[in-house]
Amino acid sequence: MRYHQAVHEVPTLFESCERPTSREKFDSTLGGMLPKDVVRSELDIPDLPERDVIKHFINLSQMNFGVDNGMYPLGSCTMKYNPKICDDIVSWPSVADIHPLQDISTIQGALRLMHELEGMLCEVGGVDAVTLQPAAGAAGEFTGVHIVRAYHESKGETRKEIVLPDTAHGTNPASAAMVGYDVLDLPSKDGCVDVEALKASVSKDTAAFMLTNPNTLGLFEKNVREIAGIIHDAGALLYYDGANLNAIMGKTSPGKMDFDIVHFNLHKTFATPHGGGGPGAGPVGVKKRLEEFLPVPRIIKKNGIYSLDSDRPKSIGKVRAFFGNYAVLVRAYAYIKMLGGKGLVSASENAVLNSNYLKERLKGDFELPYAELRKHEFVLSGTPLKKKGLRTVDFAKRLLDYGFHAPTVYFPLIVDEAIMIEPTESESKETLDRFVEACEAILKEDPKLLHDAPVNTARRRLDEAKAARDMIFSWRAYKKKTEQGSRSS
Amino acid sequence: MPLSECSLDMLRQMKLKSVDELFEDIPKDVRVDGLRLPDGLSEIDLRRELGAVMSANRPTSSMPNFLGAGIYNHFIPAAVRTIVSRSEFITSYTPYQPEISQGMLQSLFEYQSYMAELMAMDVVNSSMYDASTALGEAVLMSHRISGGDRFLLSRAISPEKKIVARTYAKGADIKLEEIGYDAATGLVDLDDLRSKMMDTVSGFYFETPNFFGPIETRWEEIRRIVGAKTLVIGVNPMALALLRPPGEMGADIVIGDAQVFGTPMNLGGPTIGVFGCKQEHVRKMPGRIIGMTEDLEGRTSYCMTLQTREQHIRRSKATSNICTNEALLAVAAAAYLAIVGKSGLREIARRNVENMRSLSKRIGSIKGFKAPHFEGAHFNEFVVSSDHSPEKIHKELLRNGVQGGLQLPSAFPELRHSSLYCTTEMHSKADHDKLVSALEAVR
Repeated sequence: MRYHQAVHEVPTLFESCERPTSREKFDSTLGGMLPKDVVRSELDIPDLPERDVIKHFINLSQMNFGVDNGMYPLGSCTMKYNPKICDDIVSWPSVADIHPLQDISTIQGALRLMHELEGMLCEVGGVDAVTLQPAAGAAGEFTGVHIVRAYHESKGETRKEIVLPDTAHGTNPASAAMVGYDVLDLPSKDGCVDVEALKASVSKDTAAFMLTNPNTLGLFEKNVREIAGIIHDAGALLYYDGANLNAIMGKTSPGKMDFDIVHFNLHKTFATPHGGGGPGAGPVGVKKRLEEFLPVPRIIKKNGIYSLDSDRPKSIGKVRAFFGNYAVLVRAYAYIKMLGGKGLVSASENAVLNSNYLKERLKGDFELPYAELRKHEFVLSGTPLKKKGLRTVDFAKRLLDYGFHAPTVYFPLIVDEAIMIEPTESESKETLDRFVEACEAILKEDPKLLHDAPVNTARRRLDEAKAARDMIFSWRAYKKKTEQGSRSS
Repeated sequence: MPLSECSLDMLRQMKLKSVDELFEDIPKDVRVDGLRLPDGLSEIDLRRELGAVMSANRPTSSMPNFLGAGIYNHFIPAAVRTIVSRSEFITSYTPYQPEISQGMLQSLFEYQSYMAELMAMDVVNSSMYDASTALGEAVLMSHRISGGDRFLLSRAISPEKKIVARTYAKGADIKLEEIGYDAATGLVDLDDLRSKMMDTVSGFYFETPNFFGPIETRWEEIRRIVGAKTLVIGVNPMALALLRPPGEMGADIVIGDAQVFGTPMNLGGPTIGVFGCKQEHVRKMPGRIIGMTEDLEGRTSYCMTLQTREQHIRRSKATSNICTNEALLAVAAAAYLAIVGKSGLREIARRNVENMRSLSKRIGSIKGFKAPHFEGAHFNEFVVSSDHSPEKIHKELLRNGVQGGLQLPSAFPELRHSSLYCTTEMHSKADHDKLVSALEAVR
């Protein structure tokens, strides 16, 4: 059951032998069409045969691990299987080869799709209106917090503070700060919001409380209605971080829990591929009373015709050019259409089932802080590893040798040596059992094997401190550094 | 939906009767009963239904399109699609485990390398969402570098960028002020810049070529006026095949959009925000940066670095909230540049300039039209002014199966007779002929 990743020696494109050796000067004035003082004198990029470029990138791709290669239980990232039909559709010319500023009579199909997707997300989120504009989850938070600010400003209030639990994703405090808020961290109690502490922290300065439910431990915040009451009584708004929405579709909804603002991560819950870091999409939904603050333009449907409305004086403006990451929206739309309402509910049920099954099987091998019942993910503590002189990172690296991507580690911060596992609904029982077997086999191994892991991947452990010290971020910088080095020696 | 036999087996092992027991922690008063969405479609039905929905769009293949303004129709070699279709790239997450993610990390390093070379900058991050959010972030970063509560923006930038920059600036209570353009050349009004460049200003942003197409010639003077404050320059990366790179103009920060390198127009998204800066500013930079290092065996390797700037470490003190970016599009850009190479890129850029010159000349010779409206050298966009109203021209063109340029009056009332046209290597002579004869027919 061991895994072996391809190990290729792939020099950068800039060191290929096909690269012209001389930096010849070229006439970028194009025979005088461009004035001399605005053109460049040299451009040091290689001319390569297509055959070599393909070889280069295909070999690189073999040194990369995606969901299509194997289980990717990265907690809070919802690495579910991405249906291939969705990628296929976005390659259609009728989908891809349209310009955002075309006459709206010539993009009615795209506008209809987006308008319908807004409606679908309203249903899943229990909200009244959705904007598709934010390009990622963090951009959704940024949008939502701007709506918070616009809402309070419209009432003539300047509230300075956003409260969030200490289990919150790092983007929450960063987004709040970017919109100009001070951030107040609320320590958790038994892994959930400490309601009494929350009561004591909210004031007339509280603009909003940001929460994900289930939270990053995978625990459902049962007191959510009481929390909502406390926040709303203080005149503040309740914000839902949708990173963990995959646990609850059709069981509850942020709207039903009295959240005012919600962001959705289409690259998590709605199966759009994450592309090695992006693109994603982070639509934001709101309750009726906040609709007027949504970004412009709004897509309006009247007599079967779609049009755009930008005349909305209370709107926060725009958070990204044009309509957002449309090709990602198309994929999510196709996914929802294919699963249907029942399929989405079933996705959540199986995600929670898989998570709890794994938790049951693994909790004896590690420590499971806090309550038993989890939703789509759970967090183990790797502290038992310490007895063997090991840490969570060693366990995580060794999992790679078994062909499993590592879980999220050292997050949330309130669990010592945290191992955050989210299997998603995509994995079969057989795969989950193999994962458990791998975990148990690793724990029985000679600690030295863990300490030296990984060994079956394209590279062994990296000297990350050296990367930060050397600061080589481009071939150009590398060349400069090596030239300096050879001069000084 | 009924559970599979394997799922039932898992329930049995957990001594549970039904999956409902796993949701018992959700209080009754917040429960919902399923989703009011239609039943799922098979792949064949989905294809049929979506095909019908999307047939209401008119793509470039059915209608010549002369829009630019930030989103460009360029040729994409088939090999680029082959590369970005690799599921090892598409279905991976952010490379948090570098040992098993070298393919993506090296590709991103190569993207950074290509962009650093084109822009002549020390550091380029591995992407922002798009050019508009890159500008927003640049405004915030200028404030971190130079202090000051005001930032100056050239008026000759896209309305989309302005409105997004305003959103970012508002969060940090930074006031944005516009610097006008010269009525004849469309270039930065240096007197206006001089008069507004005060101590309380953190920096200045201009583009070359700018929104109207002209290429800035007085960059030395601009750098002098901006002095010790932060200079942010916006570029079209495609034009940098020919043009002087912003690194040679003294830019502190450079932004742009690399959608031009291997990504379809996609109704404007996703695109890929390019963000570069001088080495001395790198710790104030937003976004993910890939650095070169070695593994235990001394082999060249790549990893995300300087992460202490980022949200997952620094939380509310991070340089930005950005987490997910546009990594796959960075791979597309690197693949595109590798395939076309220096010679190919220069050839494509040359064709853009030639097409622009020939089209603007032809339009300019039509009675009642002036093109280009602004003097001087352009890349692939130009303003056309006319005795006819832009709206009337637009409608006439559309009736003849042509998507004309962007009407400027609503965002630029001073250009009430004008539209912004773009032409690239994708336009054939027949496309130009069709546009020109449709314009000639406007009465």
